[in-house]
Amino acid sequence: MSRIVEYTCIICPSGCLLRVEAEENRVVKVEGAGCPRGVEYAKQEFSDPMRIVFTVVRVRNGELPTVSVKTTRPIPKNKVFNLMKMLASIELEAPVEIGEIIVGDAYGAEVVATRRVGRREPVAG
Amino acid sequence: MIEQKYDVIIIGGGPAGLSAAAKAVENGLKTLLLENREMLGGIPFQCVHTGFGIHCFKEDLTGGEFIARLIDRAVEKGVETMVKTHVLKIQVYSALEKTVYAASPKGFLKIQAKAIIYAAGARERHQYEIGLAGDRPDGVYTAGEAQALMDVYGVLPGKKIVIIGSGDVGLIMARRLAMERAEVKAVIEVLPYPGGLTRNIVQCLNDFNIPLYLSHMVREVKGSERVEKVIVTRVGEDMKPDGSFEFELECDTVIVSAGLKPDVDILEKIGVETDPATGGPVVNEFYETSVPLVFTAGNALVVNDLVDYDVEQGEAAATHALKLLGDYLSPRLEWRRVERGRNIRLIVPQLVSGSKDVVFYSRVQYPEDNVRLTIRETGFEKRFFKVKPAEMIRIMIPAEELAKARRGKITFEVVR
Ligand SMILES: Cc1cc2nc3c(=O)[nH]c(=O)nc-3n(C[C@H](O)[C@H](O)[C@H](O)COP(=O)(O)OP(=O)(O)OC[C@H]3O[C@@H](n4cnc5c(N)ncnc54)[C@H](O)[C@@H]3O)c2cc1C
Ligand code: SF4
Repeated sequence: MSRIVEYTCIICPSGCLLRVEAEENRVVKVEGAGCPRGVEYAKQEFSDPMRIVFTVVRVRNGELPTVSVKTTRPIPKNKVFNLMKMLASIELEAPVEIGEIIVGDAYGAEVVATRRVGRREPVAG
Repeated sequence: MIEQKYDVIIIGGGPAGLSAAAKAVENGLKTLLLENREMLGGIPFQCVHTGFGIHCFKEDLTGGEFIARLIDRAVEKGVETMVKTHVLKIQVYSALEKTVYAASPKGFLKIQAKAIIYAAGARERHQYEIGLAGDRPDGVYTAGEAQALMDVYGVLPGKKIVIIGSGDVGLIMARRLAMERAEVKAVIEVLPYPGGLTRNIVQCLNDFNIPLYLSHMVREVKGSERVEKVIVTRVGEDMKPDGSFEFELECDTVIVSAGLKPDVDILEKIGVETDPATGGPVVNEFYETSVPLVFTAGNALVVNDLVDYDVEQGEAAATHALKLLGDYLSPRLEWRRVERGRNIRLIVPQLVSGSKDVVFYSRVQYPEDNVRLTIRETGFEKRFFKVKPAEMIRIMIPAEELAKARRGKITFEVVR
């Protein structure tokens, strides 16, 4: 039995409408992709949807009380909230630099800082 | 009081202002950048999501990563900046003499410049502007306020949220709040189609099962101290309640994401002509306003959805400033007025000479498929598979084409 599923590609702003034809649990055809990345996305979305995670983590003694972070690659969608929970329990010590690794292994990705947070000090000027 | 003289003062340290400043210094202009907040960076500074810099860095960066690059570039070039410096007003004495008044921790500043690049961004439309009726309890925020609260200061604005407006900003906020385990009850959109990109409907709403109500409006906010609920009602084609369907949503927070409008109060006070279509100033192809050597760029000129355009406009403004400072005595060009025809909501610049290639930024009024963007007077046309209000059209028209329009105007329109 073959079945058709539709997705909107979220890789770039074009947002192509992808028609996926699947047999059993295998993708046999992807239509509508404006580029090869869309085909990859459709296959992934069908078998194991993945998402990049962005959020903020608390910072102690920083110019700001938070630093923004992201996963360096998409992680399984059903693990997103587990990771969010783990990140909510972390508190970093300022300074934090962009690209600094916050979590080394988060479901196959790294969590890195995406904002620079200097240490809170009486700054002149 | 400090008295100093610059070639150019740039007002606003977001993407447009930072890019303008770096370019102005590179062009050899004595430059000063003034920023109101305690940090440079404008909107991207507080955006945790990716989607920034796809054109200008050929990478998909988060707001923070993107803006750090622009800040580093400005620092490398040696841009002189002052933060926590709020520009209050400009005074124009003559074409080459202007004074900028600002409040800063060092006191009240009075700084002189020949030219000004105004890059102060856009202002969010707030609840009063969208006619939100009812009580005035706590818990009503604009999207930008909620974003800064959560992603800069680490405070969740509420637990049960209703979002008004389905533009990309509203959708992105819905996802952020859902990720933080707030219960996003609904996104309410008065138009019959979503304002944002389809990919954002998918990854911001569908991923979290957040309902989107099109052709609906929040008629009333109820609550004595804190928001308690909103009343949502269906609207007809005239965007007025048609009385057919109404329901209540219990919530403690309402986030208004009803669009941005260029913030031009300071410019209006010096008599800058504004365009009702963009809400920003009327500018010529040099991004110069009706006041000589006062330029604008970025969201203060036109609300951009891609930061790359703010950067491009900022750099262009700095290059134009150099050029016009050089030949401010030469006779003024004769301008052809850019007119809006069928399905063109807005377009900048509004004045062109026909002697220079011009990049136009435009938005349509409503979505259409398989159309052509045309210039009525010259016969120019370009095919578009799809046009939508959410996606700005950027198009370069060569000088020769513009020069073909002999009469004093150039009309852009979308035709089938
Ligand atoms: C929620 C949200 C998400 C977005 N996501 C994306 C995205 O994914 N990708 C993308 O490409 N674009 C995105 N954008 C668009 C992009 O952020 C904007 O187009 C861009 O920031 C505009 O740059 P700007 O420099 O004109 O204005 P702003 O970034 O608003 O900067 C203006 C600066 O001027 C300062 N200022 C204002 N008034 C004064 C004054 N009187 N004196 C001194 N300083 C003053 C302000 O403090 C501010 O720092 C997003 C926008 C929003 C709101
Ligand atoms: S298929 Fe390619 S072009 Fe279409 S949205 Fe996906 S990445 Fe963009």
